[in-house]
Amino acid sequence: MFRNIALIAVSVVALAAPVGAETAHEQIIEDVAFPHEGPLGKFDQFQLQRGLQVYTEVCSGCHGLRYVPLRTLSDEGGPGLPEDQVRAYATAFPVLDEDANRDALYDPAKGEFRTLVPSDKFPINTTAGAPDLSLMAKARAGFHGPYGSGMNQLFKGMGGPEYIHAVLTGYTGEEKDEFGSTFYENHAYASGWIRMPPPLSDDVVTYADGTAATVDQMSMDVASFLMWTAEPHLMDRKSAGFVSVIFLLLLSTLLYLTNKRIWAGIKGKKTA
Amino acid sequence: MAGIPHDHYEPKTGGQRWLYKRLPVVGLLYDTIMIPTPRNLNWMWIWGIVLTFCLALQIVTGIVLAMHYTPHVDKAFASVEHIMRDVNGGYMLRYLHANGASLFFFAVYLHIFRGLYYGSYKAPREITWVVGMIIYLLMMGTAFMGYVLPWGQMSFWGATVITGLFGAIPGIGEPIQTWLLGGPAVDNATLNRFFSLHYLLPFVIAALVAVHIWAFHTTGNNNPTGVEVRRGSKEEAERDTLPFWPYFVIKDLFALAVILAIFFAVVGFMPNYLGHPDNYTEANPLATPAHIVPEWYFLPFYAILRAFTGDVWVVIAANWLSFGIIDAKFFGVLAMFGAIAIMALAPWLDTSSVRSGRYRPMFKWWFALLVIDFIVLMWCGAMPAEEPYATISLIASAYWFAYFLVILPLLGVIEKPLAQPATIEEDFNAHYGPKAHPAE
Repeated sequence: MFRNIALIAVSVVALAAPVGAETAHEQIIEDVAFPHEGPLGKFDQFQLQRGLQVYTEVCSGCHGLRYVPLRTLSDEGGPGLPEDQVRAYATAFPVLDEDANRDALYDPAKGEFRTLVPSDKFPINTTAGAPDLSLMAKARAGFHGPYGSGMNQLFKGMGGPEYIHAVLTGYTGEEKDEFGSTFYENHAYASGWIRMPPPLSDDVVTYADGTAATVDQMSMDVASFLMWTAEPHLMDRKSAGFVSVIFLLLLSTLLYLTNKRIWAGIKGKKTA
Repeated sequence: MAGIPHDHYEPKTGGQRWLYKRLPVVGLLYDTIMIPTPRNLNWMWIWGIVLTFCLALQIVTGIVLAMHYTPHVDKAFASVEHIMRDVNGGYMLRYLHANGASLFFFAVYLHIFRGLYYGSYKAPREITWVVGMIIYLLMMGTAFMGYVLPWGQMSFWGATVITGLFGAIPGIGEPIQTWLLGGPAVDNATLNRFFSLHYLLPFVIAALVAVHIWAFHTTGNNNPTGVEVRRGSKEEAERDTLPFWPYFVIKDLFALAVILAIFFAVVGFMPNYLGHPDNYTEANPLATPAHIVPEWYFLPFYAILRAFTGDVWVVIAANWLSFGIIDAKFFGVLAMFGAIAIMALAPWLDTSSVRSGRYRPMFKWWFALLVIDFIVLMWCGAMPAEEPYATISLIASAYWFAYFLVILPLLGVIEKPLAQPATIEEDFNAHYGPKAHPAE
């Protein structure tokens, strides 16, 4: 547990991107009440679907999800899309036709043709050095205090999705040009200046369910979706944990009574 | 087997006698499970069972994880994600294994401090203690190599920093480091050998656990009074002890069930609380994290490693006396390993003839300070190497050494111990028995 103390280092660590010589500033990451939090928390299926839409229409322009299989979009405990919708979604990702591209597949070093194995996962995308988002919600954290003890995370969670929400809503509007790149001021980013331009603006997507597409709403939706991509079995895990704890408490009670009974003849009444 | 007099296994039927003559395995199991155990053991004596369970848990989950894991720099990280996403129950296996390491160390620290308080390391239990320390050292090595396997950023950079320690050894350091890594830097060869050793060492630990148990079954358990079980006759011994089964097996299982309820709550509800978010980013030799922090259970010794910087007078003196062979880095490495080695020497550093801290009025306070010192060191290990943590680390490290090298030897001479009970039976009855004194 004291290990978490260390988490103060975390975001600073992972975010050590090639940014200007700014001194680290106070990161502002606010707690968001996501429905998946807490021992009984569950993903909101429709929120995940909205988050998928934001990812598809905005984030996927630069960011990939290399570890997430497309088929899992129909899994229970996830966005739960019907299979035909998943198929329709997958058609958006073209695959090189093996027969029509024989020449491109020739490997002169080996003197043979390579076989193409189309990936069943979301495509890799590192446009402009954008990091993969599959695990982003677990690769970042917030709430390290107080005094680096990590106690806050006991109550608020690790803060990964909150971090994503905070970055997406943390732009101040200031920008500067350095080392041939443009940096945008962001309260949630470790160095205070991020290379990603503000990706969201109100109504940049249109939700089919009529939810108002504010920046705050979209940020929460996509943060929740990325928590699912990082931890697709989150709901299974929580229910397994819940059942385990119940059974172990039951077992503890039985063993307590057994223990008491066994020792009853030995101990007599406790006197001191 | 020598030790406390008690009933031994008697083969009764013809079949039992046949087997007993050829392989007395039933007799061995009987004597092990029915071992006379001091009847006054308190709740700090449950950690042995918890530790045995942890070892079994880690081996079982680890063997299954190894079936799905790929020890290659290009595939290790992705294969862990494959376990988390595609393997049936894989996420549970991995979280049990990762958090199982934390439970393992949590239990071992309480087990060690139990031994330090009740003087379990003193004669005639020195072998048990030293074997235990070797197990602890192997646990650290195994945990460290296991942490490298997911091939995240902390895996890679942790491995780089820790193997770099060996490079600090004067003269032969660099060849040793290269030999350990299988090359000039942490790479595929390193990952492969760490995987191989991570699979091997738990079985070495299991064998040493058998030796550990054998040793204390020979001497008999220590107990909260530190007073030995009477061995004059079987009847006398039975007044001080109870057979391990069922009295202590059920008691220990009850404690284990409670601890597991908490453990499964952590695994189910907050499995990454003790982990480092950075390790969900694949290893990148070109991007050094701003802070490289080991797992929580290494932090106290990591703090000792970093405490002795070049401006500390002991380091300067050591440097001068050794004609510059011992620099600050090597001194830190020596201090870190020395901090563990010195624990193993406790049986010979403690001069007090009284075992249990219960009857040592001065020792109690110094021991409490040692526990606080350990926690402070853990906290410092997680903090960046800057003021005020550097000074606090140095003071806390100094106390760690002072406790073993100065306080333990001196206390035995200057301390006036309290009266100990004559027998375990007397102590037990004072708490529970029919001949007990009236309630306080």
